[in-house]
Amino acid sequence: MATNPNRVKDRLAIGLMAPTWIVLGGLFLLPLAILIGVSFHPPDDAGNPQPVDHWGSYIQSGDWAANYVTSAHPVYVRVAIRSLWLAVATTVLCLLIGYPVAFYIALAAPANRKNPLLALAVIPFWTSFLIRISAWRLILQDDGALNTLLIWLHLIDSPLKLMDTPLAVMIGLVYGELPFMILPLYASLEKLDRTLLEASADLGASGSATFRRVTFPLSMPGVIAGCVLVFIPGIGQFIVSDLLGGSRSMLIGNLIQNQFTSGRDKPLGAAVALELTVAVLAMLITYAIWAKRTGAEAAL
Amino acid sequence: MDSCIEIRGVTKRFGDFAAVDRVTLTIGRGEFFSLLGPSGCGKTTLLRMLAGFEHPSEGSLLIDGREMAGVPPYDRPVNLVFQHYALFPHLTVARNISFGLRYQKIIRREEPARIAEAMELVRLSGLENRKPDQLSGGQRQRVALARALVLRPKVLLLDEPLGALDQKLRKEMQVELKSLQRRLGITFVFVTHDQEEALTMSDRIAVMNGGRVEQAEASATIFERPATRFVAAFLGATNIIEGAVVRPEKMVLNVSAAPDGGDWRSLAVVVEERVYQGINTIWTVRTDDGERLTICRQNTTPFDPAASAVGEKQFVWWDRRHAVPLTGENNGH
Repeated sequence: MATNPNRVKDRLAIGLMAPTWIVLGGLFLLPLAILIGVSFHPPDDAGNPQPVDHWGSYIQSGDWAANYVTSAHPVYVRVAIRSLWLAVATTVLCLLIGYPVAFYIALAAPANRKNPLLALAVIPFWTSFLIRISAWRLILQDDGALNTLLIWLHLIDSPLKLMDTPLAVMIGLVYGELPFMILPLYASLEKLDRTLLEASADLGASGSATFRRVTFPLSMPGVIAGCVLVFIPGIGQFIVSDLLGGSRSMLIGNLIQNQFTSGRDKPLGAAVALELTVAVLAMLITYAIWAKRTGAEAAL
Repeated sequence: MDSCIEIRGVTKRFGDFAAVDRVTLTIGRGEFFSLLGPSGCGKTTLLRMLAGFEHPSEGSLLIDGREMAGVPPYDRPVNLVFQHYALFPHLTVARNISFGLRYQKIIRREEPARIAEAMELVRLSGLENRKPDQLSGGQRQRVALARALVLRPKVLLLDEPLGALDQKLRKEMQVELKSLQRRLGITFVFVTHDQEEALTMSDRIAVMNGGRVEQAEASATIFERPATRFVAAFLGATNIIEGAVVRPEKMVLNVSAAPDGGDWRSLAVVVEERVYQGINTIWTVRTDDGERLTICRQNTTPFDPAASAVGEKQFVWWDRRHAVPLTGENNGH
């Protein structure tokens, strides 16, 4: 009897998927499982998870949830709210700055200028993020490039306090995340069927009405993808706030990172990291449900 | 004739290339007018200038007596049915159709009635809440029509609107479009490369070639009395004898030459090919001068394999009154 072609196909599919599963399983699912495990342990003096002797009494005593209870402390909640606010503001600013840029490159720029412009949006990736954010210190510090320029122009008398402020963190975040907004927006605007714009004009809509009723709604997948790509790294960000925000601009990312390093409480860090993951997932799922119910263009 | 569109000496250049070259045409009110020609002949560019998406390099366009220079597409009393329909994929059928109503001076309350009327006109009722990707090609075509017609334009421009449909649906839509046009009395300007389609629907046809209008006349005239070699060839008549065109169906094969003195003329030929097509049989024959002619005969009697077979010497006959001199030939076409 001949080999069942479906079985061959199945085996081929398993074979082709194997590398993906190994990478996903080894580098994502396994660490996630470890993180979940660690978050339910008490810390020892070195900050590592301490083995639990009697799980029965440990669970009964309620100590298993100790890390989660700690994470609800007002100090931490304030950090979480600040992170959320900053991530939302960064996303909105990136959208406001990135949309016109993507629109120009995709729909208005002459054909021979598109690729150079896109390259400009991508070129920053050639330099380490750490170095680029450090460079902002040179721009924003008291005797930095920006203050020097403003004083030279006689717009200000004494340097503005920019470094180590939430504003500096926001500037750094917007700067760092902007390409992640521009690229998906460009992709969705680029594949927009131009005859739809002509059809809109033909039916009586002016340029701004066409944008409102055709261009923007049809670019929603790009808007959503861009916002997700900016928001998620934005809320977990710790490098920018570390380098530009000073001690008073701690974000949830810094909080998690600290627990694993100088804070010496890996279980607490694991608990907060999981809370952040679950919160972001919950937001994405809520959006997906809403999008499905309203029939909006879902990009997820 | 009461004119609706006047095209006066319009040229459109893209760089050095003249896509439309000194075209002058008048299209009457309520007329079904076709721009017919091969791809690249300038017919679509001309249509896009009427819609306002391209601007003439020279000459002027008047619609309903009004000069169109500087009038943007959204202020023109015309609507365009796009080649691939250009329906808004994010909107339902009803909202596609109502898209342009917002810009008309009508009362909001009247909108539902107008939409329902337009949907009924193109027989789409019941599909209001579908999205374009849930429709068949023919249904999309109807939505595109309804979306334009609901605005009651002075002129409806159609850019090869039937090109994407299969043969059968196409034939149905041809008849439907024609009757729709007659009922509404709107001027239709229809772009096509399909001569049969143009003949089926149009009151008048302008045959275009290389950016110029070769001939613009009533459909039957274009077909029966082509003015140039190009028009004759484009409409499927390639027989040119002594500077005149004779259509294939107006020629017959015979075993002997035509008698002198009558209206019948004849030429000695050799049959090169014979193709039985069911309704018709088509012969390709060669004259002594090496010219090839096509003869078409309707199979009114049972097919006889022995009649005018390949390799036979025959005479081709035609009535000299059916030989149409090519009066429009100039500058050595």
